[in-house]
Amino acid sequence: MAINVQTQPKLDTREPVINDFAFSVATKNGSGSQTSNNVLVMSLFHMGIPVNGKNLFPSNIKGLPTWYTIRANKDGYAARKALTEIVVAYNDGTATEDVANLPPGGVCVTTDKIARVIRQRDDISYYEIPVAKLMRQTKVPSAFRKLVENMTYVGAVAQIFDIPLDLIYDVLVANFKGKEKPALMNHDVVRLAYEWTADNIVKTDPYRFERMDGTRGKIIMTGNDAGALGAVFGGVNVVAWYPITPSTSFVDGIIGFRGLRQNAEEENTIAIVQAEDELAAAGIVVGAGWAGARSLTSTSGPGISLMAEFAGLAYFAEIPAVFWNITRMGPSTGLPTRTSQGDLLFTHFLGHGDGRQICLLPGTLKEAFEFGWKSFDIAEQLQTPVFVISDLDLGMNNWLSEPFDYPDQPISRGKVLDAQSLQGFIDEHGKWGRYMDVDGDGIAYRTLPGTDHRFAGYFTRGTGHDEFAVYSERSDDWVENMTRLRLKMNTARAMLPQPLIDDASDAEIGIITFGTNEEAIREARDWLANDGIKTNYLRVRALPLASSVSEFIDAHKSVFVIENNFDGQLTQLIRLEHPENISHVRPLALGDGLPMTPNWVYDSLKEQEG
Amino acid sequence: MPPRTNHLGLARNEYKGRPSTLCPGCGHDSISNQIISTSWELGLEQHKIIKMSGIGCSSKTPAYFLGGSHGFNALHGRMPSVATGALLANSELSCIAVSGDGDTGSIGMGQFKHVIRRNVPMVYIIENNGVYGLTKGQFSATADEGQFLKYYGTNHMPPIDLALEAVIAGCTFVARSFSGDAKQVQALMQAAARHPGTSVLDIISPCVTFNNAESSTKSYPYGRDHEIPLHEIQILAPDYVEAREEIVIDDYTEGDIIDVEMHDGSFIRLKKLENDHDPRNRRQAMDVLERSMREQIFSTGLIYYEEPRPTLADTEDLVEKPLAQLDAADLRPPKEALDKVMRSLMVG
Repeated sequence: MAINVQTQPKLDTREPVINDFAFSVATKNGSGSQTSNNVLVMSLFHMGIPVNGKNLFPSNIKGLPTWYTIRANKDGYAARKALTEIVVAYNDGTATEDVANLPPGGVCVTTDKIARVIRQRDDISYYEIPVAKLMRQTKVPSAFRKLVENMTYVGAVAQIFDIPLDLIYDVLVANFKGKEKPALMNHDVVRLAYEWTADNIVKTDPYRFERMDGTRGKIIMTGNDAGALGAVFGGVNVVAWYPITPSTSFVDGIIGFRGLRQNAEEENTIAIVQAEDELAAAGIVVGAGWAGARSLTSTSGPGISLMAEFAGLAYFAEIPAVFWNITRMGPSTGLPTRTSQGDLLFTHFLGHGDGRQICLLPGTLKEAFEFGWKSFDIAEQLQTPVFVISDLDLGMNNWLSEPFDYPDQPISRGKVLDAQSLQGFIDEHGKWGRYMDVDGDGIAYRTLPGTDHRFAGYFTRGTGHDEFAVYSERSDDWVENMTRLRLKMNTARAMLPQPLIDDASDAEIGIITFGTNEEAIREARDWLANDGIKTNYLRVRALPLASSVSEFIDAHKSVFVIENNFDGQLTQLIRLEHPENISHVRPLALGDGLPMTPNWVYDSLKEQEG
Repeated sequence: MPPRTNHLGLARNEYKGRPSTLCPGCGHDSISNQIISTSWELGLEQHKIIKMSGIGCSSKTPAYFLGGSHGFNALHGRMPSVATGALLANSELSCIAVSGDGDTGSIGMGQFKHVIRRNVPMVYIIENNGVYGLTKGQFSATADEGQFLKYYGTNHMPPIDLALEAVIAGCTFVARSFSGDAKQVQALMQAAARHPGTSVLDIISPCVTFNNAESSTKSYPYGRDHEIPLHEIQILAPDYVEAREEIVIDDYTEGDIIDVEMHDGSFIRLKKLENDHDPRNRRQAMDVLERSMREQIFSTGLIYYEEPRPTLADTEDLVEKPLAQLDAADLRPPKEALDKVMRSLMVG
């Protein structure tokens, strides 16, 4: 499989290894393995073991190979490991390769049928489960057997690595939302495999789980759900979207949390429209934002491409709306189910002509929630579209997190004039114009359709306009307007989430990154520190860039910009905005379709510095 | 003498917009005038109206009427989605949507069909002249097969009939008219304004610069000579309904009158002319349009009407208050709600 593009270190220990190893579960897509894998992740979570699950899945409904990696780590490191010590090889099509990828001393849990063809190594442990035989013994009706077959590896893994059987039952009940019947059916298979393994398998590996206290008070969630929940607490009220992987589950999340915002009669305060395409989805949110809604769409690269024209219109006509880009690998259809940070430049510059788009860059589950609500305040305060750039890794995978903080700022609608305040404005300034900048911050006052004042109406357009929104082709009107828009973007720099900076040490090396690379870099920095290499760290959380980025660059002798795209897009942006004295700024750009590993960060940085 | 005023005490002038920048004599300007007259006569409150348009000559016109209303000159072919969003945000707004045959029939065909499918309430006016004006006279998708234009030669494609497309898409109010027939345009606008759903008015509106030769079916001379109204139209507002029975019908026998009852209790009274068209019959409506296209008959009037389906806002099951006017308490659940979600995700 393609996972080995990044480094594969050697395993060199036979001491007991407790709560610090990773699984790769290889199955066929559509075989029901998602439930099995989720049960394993949630069981570890309930044992108090910090855990992270990542689904590396194909663009396919049924049949193609899929891998799910589960990393348990007592110290709370959540990045994907380059090395997985254990493989559950349940896909005959990839089993040979899966076993070949194991380090010496690794473990292969497989079926007796597949085992016949993959017993090629003598330096790993093979555990062979007679799946067909066990399935014949279950009470599961034959119609459901195929769906629950993967529960055999849950039972075997539970027995071999010490996950309590009763805990798995509780997790199954929770997984089926309290329904006992499907939980019992699945658990029957888990139990059979668990008991068979206890009677027939001799454990020859050092890996074991043990209850600990590392997850109390924490939650597990996907980033798409976290962002959706944030949007619901941010007052989203018009959602328009078109299905696309990996953003579809974002809107599913809003649908799931919609009940939190219903009134006593169960009427909705959130309208959700599945549009005919992303052009229409963008049009609906722009129209809604114009009329005073808090509107949101969620999409990915191809959808963002289609939304470009509306993005430019909303930027120029100054209309608030929130666009989530759950980035997948491009260009083109690319790798539709693989993660990437490759839309940074395109999204920031979305739309033809001059201009920049506001982008928020969540890197953690908590930030997905926080930016979920904050994006609406920013959009309305700045009267401009806001793009939240997440990625497939954050959006679709399960992340462990502290619980989310309730919004610490009240909802802010920005500069909106109602009939009374419009009259007040006219009394003070003599007249009102939609694009008059009386505060000197580049942000004008808007009225909403429906405002009962004879001067409230204005004509919104994407064509050249003067400060009264009247059509104008005059050069001075054009230049004045563009100058004000630039001023507004500069006002934005200080209003947006500022970079997270760790520059406590006197390190000469600075690392700049954004988004979900946080975890891989955190772990790699600890390894580097063990080697005596000190690093400082800055994670950009919004565009346009904050001024602290320049200060950080100037303060370090060597700066690495680490990002998960092929072209080094953040590096390019830094070069554009901070052109002086940046020969010491170098990109470490990955872009192989997979979540970054600490091994890659560590090795790449050592190689560059060495 | 002071000008005549409507029931809001406003003169017709108050419903005007900025001066038109279209070519003198453009059919679109007369449609703008009909919008002004209709709005004034109905005594519509301008702040409760939004004017939506796409891109093209037609889409410029919302600047030229109802200066007191909010308007949005959006993107080419994508007015329907922008209007959909605005009307979801505020369901109390009424929408006058203006588009052209290029804006609707080519780049915007998808959005046209889908806005009808969702039944977003708006008066959707297509100012149909068969050519692209701003880009200097290319054929549009509604141009007649075999038509010759100086710069682009002969059009070899069959036309798309936008009224027929509307009926097929599930539109519950479809009319065709001629911008030179002010009386009919106004009557249809009045009826459309009362219809709680997407109402499509396909108005042939000559382009005096690029497509006004006598041979063109989208020209003034052709329209004047060939328009065949399906019926005479009269709108009986709810206030007149009681008196309906008493309205004297001079030259018509009872069988020659069709009273189409509308959702708000008003009636569209159709007086039969030469044709025998009942707009409540979908099959008939499609036949009339098919035949008109095939035989180049310029039939105008109310082509199709049915009881409106639920609107998009209805199917969304929204709270009564417009979403744009919800206050902070409606927009953000309390802290306890978040804590409860968080607890449900925690260990034990």
